[in-house]
This record gives sequence, structure tokens and C-alpha cells, in this order.
Amino acid sequence: MTRADVRKTYKLYLGGAFPRSESGRSYAVEDAKGRFWAHASRASRKDARDAVVAARKAFDGWSGRTAYNRGQVVYRVAEVLESRRDQFEAELRTAEGITASRARTYVDAAIDRLVWYAGWSDKLAQVVGGANPVSGPYLNHSAPEPTGVVAVLAPAGPLLGLVSVVAPVIATGNTCVVVASQPHPLTAITLGEVMATSDVPAGVVNVLTGPQDEIAPWLASHMDVDAIDLTGVEDPEAARNLEIAAADNLKRVRRPAAEDWLATPGLDRMTDFLETKTVWHPMGL
Amino acid sequence: MATFEYAPAPESRSAVTLRASYGLFVNGEFVDGRGTPFKTTDPATEEVLAEVAEADERDVDDAVKAARRAHTRVWSRMSGSERGKYLFRIARLVQERAREIAVLETLDNGKPIKEARDVDVPTAAAHFFYYAGWADKLEHAGLGTRPESLGVAGQVIPWNFPFLMLAWKVAPALAAGNTVVLKPAETTPLTALLFAEICQQADLPPGVVNIVTGAGATGHAVVSHDDVDKVAFTGSTEVGKAIARSVAGTTKKVTLELGGKAANIVYDDAPVDQAVEGIVDGIFFNQGHVCCAGSRLLVQESVAEEVLERLKRRMATLRVGDPLDKNTDVGAINSPEQLGRIQELVGVGEAEGAERWSAPCELPTKGSWFAPTLFTGVSQAHRIAREEIFGPVLSVLTFRTPQEAVAKANNTPYGLSAGVWSDKGSRILWTAARLRAGVVWSNTFNKFDPASPFGGYQESGYGREGGRHGLAPYLKGSER
Amino acid sequence: MTPTDAPADLAAAAPAPLLDATSSDAALRRFLHGLPGVDQVGAEQRAAGLGTRSIKAASKAYAVDLAISMVDLTTLEGSDTRGKVRALSAKAQRPDPTDPTCPATAAVCVYPDMVPHAVDALRGSGVHVASVATAFPSGRAALDVKLADTRDAVEAGADEIDMVIDRGAFLTGRYLDVHDEIVAVKEACALPNGQSAHLKVILETGELQTYDNVRRASWLAMMAGAHFIKTSTGKVQPAATLPVTLVMLEAVRDYRLATGQQVGVKPAGGIRTTKDAVKHLVMVNEVAGPDWLDPDWFRFGASSLLDDLLMQRTKLTTGRYSGPDYVTMD
Repeated sequence: MTRADVRKTYKLYLGGAFPRSESGRSYAVEDAKGRFWAHASRASRKDARDAVVAARKAFDGWSGRTAYNRGQVVYRVAEVLESRRDQFEAELRTAEGITASRARTYVDAAIDRLVWYAGWSDKLAQVVGGANPVSGPYLNHSAPEPTGVVAVLAPAGPLLGLVSVVAPVIATGNTCVVVASQPHPLTAITLGEVMATSDVPAGVVNVLTGPQDEIAPWLASHMDVDAIDLTGVEDPEAARNLEIAAADNLKRVRRPAAEDWLATPGLDRMTDFLETKTVWHPMGL
Repeated sequence: MATFEYAPAPESRSAVTLRASYGLFVNGEFVDGRGTPFKTTDPATEEVLAEVAEADERDVDDAVKAARRAHTRVWSRMSGSERGKYLFRIARLVQERAREIAVLETLDNGKPIKEARDVDVPTAAAHFFYYAGWADKLEHAGLGTRPESLGVAGQVIPWNFPFLMLAWKVAPALAAGNTVVLKPAETTPLTALLFAEICQQADLPPGVVNIVTGAGATGHAVVSHDDVDKVAFTGSTEVGKAIARSVAGTTKKVTLELGGKAANIVYDDAPVDQAVEGIVDGIFFNQGHVCCAGSRLLVQESVAEEVLERLKRRMATLRVGDPLDKNTDVGAINSPEQLGRIQELVGVGEAEGAERWSAPCELPTKGSWFAPTLFTGVSQAHRIAREEIFGPVLSVLTFRTPQEAVAKANNTPYGLSAGVWSDKGSRILWTAARLRAGVVWSNTFNKFDPASPFGGYQESGYGREGGRHGLAPYLKGSER
Repeated sequence: MTPTDAPADLAAAAPAPLLDATSSDAALRRFLHGLPGVDQVGAEQRAAGLGTRSIKAASKAYAVDLAISMVDLTTLEGSDTRGKVRALSAKAQRPDPTDPTCPATAAVCVYPDMVPHAVDALRGSGVHVASVATAFPSGRAALDVKLADTRDAVEAGADEIDMVIDRGAFLTGRYLDVHDEIVAVKEACALPNGQSAHLKVILETGELQTYDNVRRASWLAMMAGAHFIKTSTGKVQPAATLPVTLVMLEAVRDYRLATGQQVGVKPAGGIRTTKDAVKHLVMVNEVAGPDWLDPDWFRFGASSLLDDLLMQRTKLTTGRYSGPDYVTMD
């Protein structure tokens, strides 16, 4: 007799916990060969709302940590991911039907990307901020600060794409609500498990699975979301509509563009979700 | 004379030669507009100063085409050092014609000559100097090794600092190699048209700077033109949102510098006399027509009474009146429409139960005027604590602890600026770190410098103007 | 300014609201360090801002005459003689001999040994005789020497005494010593007839370095009973500057609000032009208020300032610029 697998139930990752969708709904996810693989939670607008609340609640604490500490936490995510390479490799092969070596390339690149962004957390302020030589007796300096709660519409790349859009957002002190790739949601939840065991505080990363076209408009129009990354929106008309909705509270919008996830990123995925704060102080006796 | 009254000390108008009518500045020449000409007036006297052309969509299209041609054929091909020299020329011309620009600004805008002379014009010249020096150093701006200009920038500026806002927009755009189509506000077009003359005197290649005058429709034509690569807007949050919607789905880059409702936090250990000056500067500078005005005073309860007493005494010494008088501290409200909005919100403040106090001052009978005013007994729920009044009206709120001060300061959809006053360095830094605002003035207020990035969080807009940060919105490869 | 009738011992005590503050060194330190701080940059900007006021025509004529009437015409040189003091006294009474409408100065200010000559020359003129005292300008002498110096001047007929504080004591935080010394000097200003010379307390702000110190020293002097607080001896640079005067004007304004007592201010040293004087008057007007626009409450310690005021006065009356040859030189 062969042993029956203990199969995993994939749920949402929300406020540090793994609840089912409040709607009680789920949808079937297929593997690359079109066979049933597992059910994913089908997040509702209320789940999106709850995720924003969780992300907002986490923001002060996360953004208030030292950059060094945030870098260590993101690095810890890389460490834990490294220890689960085989699991992710297998998931990627199932999801995308790619070769073992291709899957390994993606997993390794995702780990390395986390390490890259982890290192940025305590360096970026020196690169994009600095002292401003104003013509008067003032100390004047500009430094980047996280924008706030960022809605991330994740691209189809189940692991590398996802890590590439989430890591820059959190390394700089933002918190986020991620809508995972609709056809490849499961790896996002597994990544949530990595986050949950890597000292990432509850609510810093929240992962919703389900139909992007249903969930995204609620996030785009949400008045307590500060920015939205449209990278994973493939339909230009949908992206345009989300950008229009985002204008209600002047969210910072990153428009979709062609991406090469294996290339070394620039700073823009971080700076797009940063504000520059300039502080003046007189110098005198 | 039994008391020390100051005799009138009017700045001479002779520096300014007004024309009866002004055209648009397109491709290096003044041309007629195809819209309906409009009049611009001196808000202090209601005197009509000149008739100004209105640019319609075709005029705007001509201007964009001229800008495109100038970008493709001349400006983007020119070396940075050459571009820089034109900007240096402009900076010098602004200095040489400083008196004229200042007087014209005061006539058209209503702001005190003291401010036009000592703040607006010198700071505008400084902006051109600052960005002139960047033109041949863009590869060192941290935005890539071969930064490229975007193309044509459509720029729409407000009436509160007409010439200074022009400098904020034009200087970085040109330094980065873009050409511009700029629309000044309909109530204050004259200094922009004087700037057109300066461009001619500087022999700036035709089409690099184009100035189209008109109201909202003209502005809409500029920002929504298909061949504009970049939109830069300073003005109301409402229009800013409309612009953000209109560029959705395009590749246009946008910077928005919008409204504010800044908190000015005064702790009980503040250097109180300087704090009072900072409160006054914060809300009465430029009649409070300042997006970053410190319009909400948050004062610690333990010193609230004393601070208010000092503030009222100080407000009573503000000299309100003829903007051309060199001793005037508070000038005219820019337009009857703006005066109406101020009066409406002040009426709301009274109806909501806040207590109004206005400085005792005689207001001229003609023109648009509003006495420096403060409201006490204001709570966060009052409209005068939430909405931008854009006038000389201060809402006073109190707090008990630093945490409460920060929470109240941040309790607004805006996030442009904030002030904090304390003699304790660590408390200032603690507070500044928690204020969600793009500019934090500690133990000072309303200071501006070309080297200092300026811009807001949240609904105060996005992007920064000034400093190295101010180049990014005008170069490829750097978002915002 | 007339000599006060109040008994010296009563006048010397701090006003009731502040009595506790002078009860001990620790209490005084707590009080002075509890005064609001002064931000240098902000104070200097405020002073510069007031300096841009444009005072024209009738206002300027008013300001020039007021300034002349506030001058403590001063000579404090080792080379001073009876002749020099008599000449200065003549000029103080009739600054412009050609124009009887020109006001007299407030006082002539000299060293103690020159007081008899000034008293002699100014008798009946209404121009006060001010004497520096207390081992001016350094103040580095024993207390009894300083008191003797003061009594000498008062007995010789000085009706105003310009004393210096012990800056060494102040800078080392011995505030009560500074306070008590002022009280003692004030007692030494008393005359047997029950009257008393007015006491101006020189802070020597150039040695105090910070505006916080200027504010504290101002309050300290007022609490000890100063009738006037004065910036400088004129022997130390910088002497009177607009921001220093600003801080002192804020102090007298606040002191009156706290105690009901009005104290005068005297910037001294470095004020040489009409423009400077007018800037100071604008500041008095807008910071302390019009109550201080009076020689009883505001003075200029100066020598060459008077000549420039006279030239400007001539310009205003004749419509043409005057020159140094047309004002009397003393």
C-alpha cells in the first residue's frame, strides 16, 4: 500500500496568518499540463479591505525600524528561501512545466534578488538623499521615506517575478497587499509561508489570490492605499482604468512595462514607492 | 506727528512699461491668439492692466509643434554646456530686470513689493543659476550615465508666485534638454510674458520656451496634448487629480504640486518669539496664498494662551494695504473669486462655532482685501481645519503630548509641509521623522531654495522640484 | 528721566511675582534657564526684516528728532579733559546752533572724574549727566571699589549711573552674585536726600556671545532693579546690533507684562548712522511698542551718531545734502 499524501490547503496570507477567504470561495488551479493541482482561495473585495487594514497597521512599526534591521529581515527571507530551494523548484516545474535547470535558475535568481534588495535598505538613503547646500544658515537634508501601503499586482512569474516586485517595496519600509498571479497563485502562498517564518512582521506582506480584475479595482480606488504597482496587469485598458481610479487619492502609480526578471534591476522599483522628505533646521548659537 | 506713523513709501511704477495688449509667445515671437482676449487687473485697485490673448487648442498645438521642432532640431542636440550658458544668460537678465519684474508681479498679483523684491524675483534668478550649472553635469545626477531629455514639457502654473513658479518649471526642464509650453494663470500672466521678452534678449532659440495664456481650457489643451511628453502642474488638488486621470494609460511623465493644510507644531519649549514670527510667516506670507502655508497652528496646551496672546499682538503690527508700499506686510487678495472663497470658509468657521479674531487694520475700500485672521477653538472636525483656505486665515488647535501633535498633524489627506518648534533637538528630530510631509521646517518656516527639493506626500502631489531631485522628472529612465 | 523718589531698598527688590526666583542661586538659575530660548537665525531674520522698513518724509523728520533727543552723547576716553567735556556738553544742549527747533540730547555720558565738569556745564539745561561706574569697562575690581566708584559719581552730581555687570560671574553661572552686585550698586546710587540716580545696567552683550545669554542677563538685571538695560560699553566688539537690541526689547516688553514695571533699553556702541538709528526706532515701535518711544525709555549711547543725525536733519529741512563741515565737530 502506498501512503496517501497529506495535501496542503492553500489559503490567503493576511496579517501574518493564513485565513481562508471571508467569502468562503475558492478556485481550481491547474498545473502546466492542465491537470487539477490544488484549490486557491478566491479573495473578495472584503479580503482586500482587510489586507489593507493589516498593511496599514503594520506600516508604522515596519517603517519605524532601522534600515539595518529591515535589511536583515529581508536577508532572512533569502536564507529561508534558500533552505527550501527544492520545494520551490518542484512547485515551479509543476506550475510552469519548465526544466529542473530552468526552475533552479529562477529560484536562485529569486534568492539572489532578495539578497540584493536586503543590502539596499540601509544604503539607498545615501544614494538618493543627501545634504542640500542652501544659501542660508540652515542644515538642510533630503532623505527618502516609504510611501505607505502599496498595492502590488504581481506579474505572472510565480516566484522570481513576485519576489522582484515585493522585495523592493518592503526593503524600503513600505507594507504591501499583493494580488498574486491569477494562474500561478500557489507559489505566492508558499512564499507567504517563507515570510511568516522569516521575522517579517505580520501585515508587512499580505498575499491575496484570485481574479485580478475583480480585486484590483478595489485596491486602486482604496483611499488608504498610497501607491499601486500595475506590473502584473496585462490588458492596457485595464491598466488605464486602474490608473484612473488611483487618481482619486493621487496614488503613486507604476505603469506596466516589459520586464526582464533575470536582469539586474535599477533603483526605480524602490524609488517609485518612496517620498523625499526635506528637513530644514537653522544653525546658530 | 505725535506718534511714529510710517509715511507712504510707494515703490515707483516707472520701472514697468505696460502694453495695452499682449499676444502669445510661440516659436520665439509674439503672435495673436485665436481665443477671446481677456483682461488682467491689479487686485489692489481693480485697475485693468492689459488685455491678454487667449490660446485655443490650435494655438496650443502651434506652441507644442514649435516646442517639438526646437527640441528635435536644436535643443536636444545642443551640448549641455551650451544650454547652460543660455540659462546663465537668463539668470543674469532676471537679475538685471529684477526691479521691473518685481513691480510688475506686485501689480498683477497684489503681493507686497517687499516680498516680490526680496523673495520671488531673487529666488527665481537663483533657480536659473542653479539649474544652469546642472545642464552639462547631468551624467552626475545619479540618474544614469547618459540621461536623455523627455521632449516637450507642458507646464501649468498658479497665480500665487507667478514668476517664481515659472522659474521652478522652466529652469530644470531646459537644463535637462526639454523644451516647454508654459501656461501662466489667467489672473497673473504678465510676468510670464515679460519672461518671453527675456528669452528673446537671451537669444534663446525659437520654440525652446513657448508661453500660452488663457484659463482652464487652455491649460487642459496643454496637458492633454498628445505630443506632450511631460506634464508639470502646480495648482489645486482637484485639477491635479483630473490631470492624473487624463494621463492614465499614456507614457507621459507627471509631476503635481498641489494643495496643503500644513501643521505648524509649537511645543512648550519653543523659542517663542521666533515661533510667533514663524507662525506669522507661515500663514500671512503672500496673503496665505501659499500651498505650503502653515494654516493649522498646533500649539501645546500649556503655552497656548501665551502664544496666542503674543501672536495677536504681533498680528496687530502687520501692515495691510497698498502692495507697492515698501512697508506693506500683507497685500491684496489675488482675485474677487479667491476673496469669495476665503469669505465663504471663514463664514463656515464661524457657523461651526470656532472663535474668530481679526487683526485690527483698516482695509482699502477698493480692491480685494482680507484682514489677517485666526480662529481659536478649532477641532479637527471643522472644515477650516481640513480644507485649504488659501488666504490669511489661521486655524488654531491645541495638543497635550508629542504623539497627539503628530497624530493631528498627519490627520489630513495632504502632506506638503509642516513646521515644528522646540529648543530640544531630539524632540525636533523625533517629530520631523514622523510628520508625513515633503518639507519639514524646524524652528523656521516658508524657506525656499533652488538646492532644496520641494513637493508633497499623498494628495499634495508627487514628484519633487528643486535640487538634484528636481531633474529626475525631466529625464528618461528615472521615474517621477 | 527724573531721579526716582522710591526708597532705594524697596526699589532694589525683585517685583512680587518674581521674588521666589531670587531666593537662591539654584532658584535664580532655574528661572533664567526657564525663559524661552532665542533662535539666533530667526532673531536675526526678524531684525533684518524690520530693517527693511522704509521711513520717509514726515516720519523720517519725526524719527530724526526723536533719535537726537534719545542720544546719550558720550566720551569715554583716557584722553578726556574738562575742555572736551564742556564742549560736548554745549553740543548736547544745542546740537544745531543754527536751529533752535533742534532738540537737545538726553544726556552726556562721561567717566566719574569728568562728572563735575559736565554737571557744571549742563546745570539747568535739562540734559542729564550720566556717568559710567563700577570699574568700567571691565568691571574687574572688588565690590567695595565698584561701590565707591558709584558713590563718587553720584555725589559729584551724576543723575544716571551706567554700571557694568560681572560677566565672569555671569558666564560661570554665578547669577546670584551678579544680581546682588546690581542691587548693591543700586543702593549706592541713593542720595542722602532720598533721591536716587537712575541705574543703567550694561550687559556687555559682545562678551555674552549668545542671545539666550542676552535674554537671561536682561531679566537678571531687571529683577535686580535696573531702570535701563544697556547693550555694551562700546569697548568690546560687537557692541549694539539690531538683533541684540531686539532680544532686549522683547525682554522689557515681557517684563512689563509679567510685573507691570517698565524698564528702558539703551543700545550703545556701533550705531553711527541715521539709518541705523531709524532701524532701531522702528524696532522699538513694533517690538516693545510706542510706550518706549521716549527718551525716558530708550536711549542711544553714541558719539558720532549725532553728527549724522544732524546732517540728515539739515537735508530734510533744506532739501539738499549736508556735509561734515556744516555740523559742529566735538
